[in-house]
Amino acid sequence: MTAVSMTVNGKVRKAQVEPRLLLVHFLREQLNLTGTHVGCDTSQCGACTVLIDGRSVKSCTVFAVQADGSKITTIEGLAANGELHPMQECFWEEHGLQCGFCTPGMIMSAVNLLADNPQPTEDQIREGISGNFCRCTGYQHIVNAIQHAANRSRSAASSSKR
Amino acid sequence: MSTSPVLPKLVGQRVKRREDPRLIQGRATFVDDVKIAGMLHIAFKRSDVAHGRIRSIDTSAAKAMDGVEAVLTGAQIADLLGPMPIATPFPSPAHRAVAVDTVRYVGEPVAVVVASDRYIARDAIDAITVEYETLPAVVDPELAMTGKPTVIHPEFPNNLAVPLVPSGTGVTLDGKVDDTAIDRAFKNADVIITQRMVNHRLVPNSIEARGVVAHYEPGKGSMTIWSSTQNPHILRTMIAAMTGLGQDQVRAIAPEVGGGFGSKINIYGEEYVAAAVSKHLGTAVKWIEDRSEAFLATTHGRDLIGYVELAAQRDGKVLGLKLRLIADVGAYNMLLTAAVPTLAMMMANATYDIPAIRTTLTEVFTNKTSTDAYRGAGRPEASYFIERAMDMLARELKMDPADVRRRNFIAPNQFPYQTQMGAVYDSGDYEKAMDVALRAADWKGLQAERDAAKAEGRLVGLGLSMYVEVCGIGPSSSLPTGGWEHAQVTIERDGRISATTGASPHGQGNETTFAQMLADEFGVPIEHITIHHGDTGIVKQGVGTFGSRSQAVGGTTLLMAGAKVKTKMARFAAEMLEASVADLVFENGTIAVKGAPTSAKKFADVAAFAYVPVPLPDGMEPGLSEEAFFEPTNNTYPFGCHISMLEIDRETGEPKLLKFVAVDDAGNLINPLIVEGQIHGGLAQGIGQAMIEEAVYDESGQLITGSLMDYALPRATDFPRFEVHSTVTPTPVNPLGAKGVGEAGTLGSTPCIVSAAVDALSEFGVTHIDMMLRPEKLWRIIHGARA
Repeated sequence: MTAVSMTVNGKVRKAQVEPRLLLVHFLREQLNLTGTHVGCDTSQCGACTVLIDGRSVKSCTVFAVQADGSKITTIEGLAANGELHPMQECFWEEHGLQCGFCTPGMIMSAVNLLADNPQPTEDQIREGISGNFCRCTGYQHIVNAIQHAANRSRSAASSSKR
Repeated sequence: MSTSPVLPKLVGQRVKRREDPRLIQGRATFVDDVKIAGMLHIAFKRSDVAHGRIRSIDTSAAKAMDGVEAVLTGAQIADLLGPMPIATPFPSPAHRAVAVDTVRYVGEPVAVVVASDRYIARDAIDAITVEYETLPAVVDPELAMTGKPTVIHPEFPNNLAVPLVPSGTGVTLDGKVDDTAIDRAFKNADVIITQRMVNHRLVPNSIEARGVVAHYEPGKGSMTIWSSTQNPHILRTMIAAMTGLGQDQVRAIAPEVGGGFGSKINIYGEEYVAAAVSKHLGTAVKWIEDRSEAFLATTHGRDLIGYVELAAQRDGKVLGLKLRLIADVGAYNMLLTAAVPTLAMMMANATYDIPAIRTTLTEVFTNKTSTDAYRGAGRPEASYFIERAMDMLARELKMDPADVRRRNFIAPNQFPYQTQMGAVYDSGDYEKAMDVALRAADWKGLQAERDAAKAEGRLVGLGLSMYVEVCGIGPSSSLPTGGWEHAQVTIERDGRISATTGASPHGQGNETTFAQMLADEFGVPIEHITIHHGDTGIVKQGVGTFGSRSQAVGGTTLLMAGAKVKTKMARFAAEMLEASVADLVFENGTIAVKGAPTSAKKFADVAAFAYVPVPLPDGMEPGLSEEAFFEPTNNTYPFGCHISMLEIDRETGEPKLLKFVAVDDAGNLINPLIVEGQIHGGLAQGIGQAMIEEAVYDESGQLITGSLMDYALPRATDFPRFEVHSTVTPTPVNPLGAKGVGEAGTLGSTPCIVSAAVDALSEFGVTHIDMMLRPEKLWRIIHGARA
């Protein structure tokens, strides 16, 4: 067993873990943060995407011990002070989900995408979420949701300049 | 009794989904999120040979591992579980949840480990050694039909799961076949199109794979089972039968379900094993399917070969259709396996009035994973065969593909239309849907664009296809589980509304659409309503979600239960208001006498009286809770027209979809936003099949597309923006006029894409290309012709 300590959704979490324990299982099984999902076993589907130190990472490709000392945000930590994150609101408004299983990972990837490129083109959005599979939506409403979030942040930025 | 329009009507509106807040915050409960104190974890040792006899299984090393509670072989499981039942009336080989002496496909379970955590369970699986006597395997159904090189089930000679069944014109119910009409049609034809077409095998790949938690409580003698299933009530029935418990002693829960697409209709061996092991050990157990496991262990879709012959006059009028179908059903019959290809027979003529039709169907066992329902289930295959043939006919006659279709449509005044195949189409206006599509896509403009591109040397093509499908599945004569649905609506003591439905959703948004209907019916804000589903402990009865039946059957049932309780509520209110029921108006959560708004009683007030009725009005029972069963008299038949434009790179053979326009007619729509999402999802799966998805086996029976690294599941970059439109032709089969929409997108899209590819490559003389459109295949057409 190896000691790990990391900040997850703003709280410091310390635990003893097996070195082979995947981060996604640490989050789900030991911290009960079950919003992060497992959809494959080959790091293709992206359902397990979380932010590690602000960057989107598939948490099934990382051992918990590798995340020692890092700051992690999961889908449960995205809303702040009872307010949905704008990306969550836009997925809701644009019907960016059906069964909802891929959604937490998709939203985390989308958050990372707009952090890197606040005003992406449609092609850049499609490219940006191409590491996340969705089998329900055909992606169009997901793309709409991300465009909507980008537009909202642009209009928020322009109104704050005024 | 009326409902006032004080609150805006919600039916027909793009209402945001009520399911979403929990899903977008990671606060929903999927089956892997269910935890029970003391719960153990199950893993399956699976066969890595496609066909073989088990010589020996050594479980000693696994049993000796710390944390391993039990290791059970097929023989030990057979003591706990009988052979697995199916739901079709066809003969079927005995199928054990865990193989006893012979394995017949790669991935078939051979042993079960029960351990304290999932990592240990997997370690123990790796520690089990199985020795096989390898037998020859067969993966090609047309070879398997000859009985060579192997017979998979000795009691099924030549591997024929279902030997040739004829259907269509001149075939009577007792199986007599008269070929006069079909022979005449082919004799009188000016042109005959003949083509073998393959509707290839797919892996459903819901992003949540399967999973189950079984919790037998020895003290109570009852079982609770959570499973990622589309139909918890069928699961309850089957689990009870297989474990020897009564249906009253089993509670089945479909928690949040992460997609299904038909693959979670079947009740699987792993579900039975979990239940049996939980009962055997007296503790809760969990099994969660890995993706690699899902590729092998969850049923596949399609895999139907069609030999198509179309006889027509020079003016494009089709005189006859022959369709010889060969279905590769894999190693065993699952719940609905044998029935799926029969739907392809039933829909053989699709939107066309064809005077003479002969179809035959043969189902064949091979050493592959079993097939069963996958989004569309038989109807996309039918649509693919006839639409590709119509396109070939248009090409042969040098007619516009739209004109050939127009020449053959069943006309609006022919409905209800009895087909040669035994279906009775409820309503339709196919020409209108096509005309809307032609206008929306600017068909003439696209043709000019294509011609200009071709003149520049680019390989651009157009595809057009029609479809009609069977949805809203009922009545009971068409469904062995019963073709009805159940609902209960309760006005709670505080005036809020609880409703239960047997339609158990997995992404369809029933909590929203069903609440929209009840909000309008009762004149209350949608926030006052909760829709319960997916739990046989709460939802008394149900059939489930498949065959695009939730809205048409489940939605109708819910409204019927709502109407009953509304009537009773009005009687209580009439007593309180000393008014006649006819004079009452339901308005914004109150009931008032028409024209006297100050008289208004809140729902809570009426409920308080109904649950403590002093004095109890004459002839009334206390309480406000009513249930309904509804069985439609017929299926519904939604339809539409799809148009695509596709370009193929001359140098690499890579196809790129440039444009996709879909016009769908699902009857009346409850929530157009949700309908749009369903269409998009169906299109993605159909286009995925046509362009990139394919389950490929090698000759030894190994699935070589066995993970998401090898199987091309579509990504966001694989699609252009879909343009969707609708026409509305209500169905007379249910009072909503709703037909169903879940599967629609998969029907028109595959032939539409392939026809576009053939059009793009027309200069090479190609008339048909089998899916999927692998660049290598297209490159060979382009460069082979040059050489």
